[in-house]
Amino acid sequence: MEKSILRVEDLRVYYETPEGVVHAVDGVTFHLREGERLGIVGESGSGKSTVALALLRLIKPPGKVVGGRVYLDSVDLLDLSEEEVRRLRLSQLALIPQGAMNALNPVLKVRDQLLLPLHDHGVQLTKAEADSLVRDLLQRVGLPSQVAELYPHELSGGMKQRVCIAIAIAMNPKVIIADEPTSALDVVVQWQIMDTLRQLQQTLGAAVIVIGHDMGLMAQTVDRIGVMYAGKLVELAPTAELLRHPLHPYTQLLIASLPSLDKRGEFQGIPGLPPSLLSPPPGCRFHPRCPKAFDRCSAEEPTLREVRPDHYVACHLW
Amino acid sequence: MAALLEAQDVTKVFSGGLLKRERVIALRDFSFTVPEEQPIFTAIVGESGSGKTTLARLLLGLTTPTTGDVRYRGISLKQLNREQRRAFLRDVQAIFQDPFEVYNPFYKVDHVLELPIRMFHLAKSAQEMRNRIEEALITVGLRPEETLGRYPHQLSGGQRQRVMIARALLLRPKVIIADEPVSMVDASLRATILSSLQQLHREYGISILYITHDLATAYQVANDVLVLYRGTVVEAGDAGLIIREPEHPYTRLLVSSVPLPDPDRQWLGERALGQPVSGLMPRGTAFCVFYDRCPYAMPICVEQTPPLFRTGDRRVVACYLYRDSPTIDRRNLAAGGVFTNGRTEVSPPSYSALKREAQPDSPHA
Repeated sequence: MEKSILRVEDLRVYYETPEGVVHAVDGVTFHLREGERLGIVGESGSGKSTVALALLRLIKPPGKVVGGRVYLDSVDLLDLSEEEVRRLRLSQLALIPQGAMNALNPVLKVRDQLLLPLHDHGVQLTKAEADSLVRDLLQRVGLPSQVAELYPHELSGGMKQRVCIAIAIAMNPKVIIADEPTSALDVVVQWQIMDTLRQLQQTLGAAVIVIGHDMGLMAQTVDRIGVMYAGKLVELAPTAELLRHPLHPYTQLLIASLPSLDKRGEFQGIPGLPPSLLSPPPGCRFHPRCPKAFDRCSAEEPTLREVRPDHYVACHLW
Repeated sequence: MAALLEAQDVTKVFSGGLLKRERVIALRDFSFTVPEEQPIFTAIVGESGSGKTTLARLLLGLTTPTTGDVRYRGISLKQLNREQRRAFLRDVQAIFQDPFEVYNPFYKVDHVLELPIRMFHLAKSAQEMRNRIEEALITVGLRPEETLGRYPHQLSGGQRQRVMIARALLLRPKVIIADEPVSMVDASLRATILSSLQQLHREYGISILYITHDLATAYQVANDVLVLYRGTVVEAGDAGLIIREPEHPYTRLLVSSVPLPDPDRQWLGERALGQPVSGLMPRGTAFCVFYDRCPYAMPICVEQTPPLFRTGDRRVVACYLYRDSPTIDRRNLAAGGVFTNGRTEVSPPSYSALKREAQPDSPHA
């Protein structure tokens, strides 16, 4: 078994709303191995972004981490004080946020956006060192050094996303969490960004969690894929294994719903809608939409179990 | 017979900056025809900045061309009289990207469905109006009792988008211009929404212009495809041919940039094409729009604008790699038989035949 760098055990994040408690993430367990790229896919409302935020301890009220453990090496992130977590962010755990368009400060030059977080972490740099660091970071994400003197509005979406990646790698973190890193970008630019991210990850040796909804993008960029549905991790397997032998009916339908460039007219939607997380259905949360559901599915909640080598699924069929 | 909707040599230039010196050509010499009789299902594919949304807005009359003309039944949109304008507004419907922005959050969804019926006096009684609305909702796979009487925020994005399709359907339009209708919708719902559009096309003979950045869905639903790059048509014709065997280097780049959920298919992206040729600089205004990214660029590519070469019965490409093929006038693109016009079989419209079972959607409460 490879060594795990990040271990998430039974993570639960709930949101208190006037209508009741939303069970956004409800008992998610997975290990991130050293140097691996793990993808977490799910549709809107499946809890995937909440997982990302929880790993960085960025859940804000009305949200609350109500249970579970998140170990980085052997430190439980959920036990740390706010100040201790602040020091870990960026230096150990970095986030590439969703919608890089809006993640940058519009009144700061790129150079300052890159240096400010380092300053916050107490890194002392001379002017010459700062210049060379900025140049180096920009070069590593494939941007010309002139970009340092530009403001975010002067950059294209792809360039802004690259700046966000540059910020994330500035302190050589052990774990990078990329939340929908390419969702608003054109396909050609998507490829460029993911290619850059992959190369950086390999040279840094960092482990990456990519959160997203695009199974195609995941299939092409990560080593393992975890599938989330209604706050639960329902399947987790190496990428090729998951795509060739999806075991959970939801994963099977999700893959069938993707348009391919080979067969025409064979993609179809999944009937119905995800359940309300205010009052999730009993048993398996997918059973109301599942074509293979049987009695046990509405009565008993399936747990995530290893049913083939390194292939985990939460389904009573297996 | 005049075409239903026709863009002729349309160019749209946006100018900005000091003294309007910065000029962006959003769409250049664009001609396209939506025929009256034979419905089409054409995908217009392009990235951001390709001019695809400008094209949608021009065809809808929401913006006017800088040069050229958009005509509805042979009459320029600028010259439609009151009555003709009403007919235009009814025949040509739009579905936009964001299914939230089009709703007034203070009104129930019923409002967007009732308004067109009132405007066009489509129902004689409240009961008839209700029936027509229910029929339209069922057609797009929504349950009326779970949809009507709700506010927009109580519906999911997919449901809101389907209500918009139902609304377009109420008017029994001739054309639906759908600008990125599924880009904000989850994968599992995309197929459902696109098949509603396909059904409208097949069963009601409605022409669909599906404007998108997503080649894979275009391939799945459209008969024809037209690839736009920086405001110019670079390749057009049968969707299957063009996406399976793209000819224009830009289309090849687009196809190889689509990440496929297939472990046996490598995501090559730019690597599929190779390094662009450097050192070529256009001197005048005539050049291929893709010259600076193209690994096959030749001197002629920066000296002349490539015409459309007809490389097959059902396809044209604007690239000098194919200069041995005969050329076709851009204005005759639609008339030249490149598109599948009329190959879709149309059964006479009948709502009763369409009453398939509504999708078991449980609303997000």
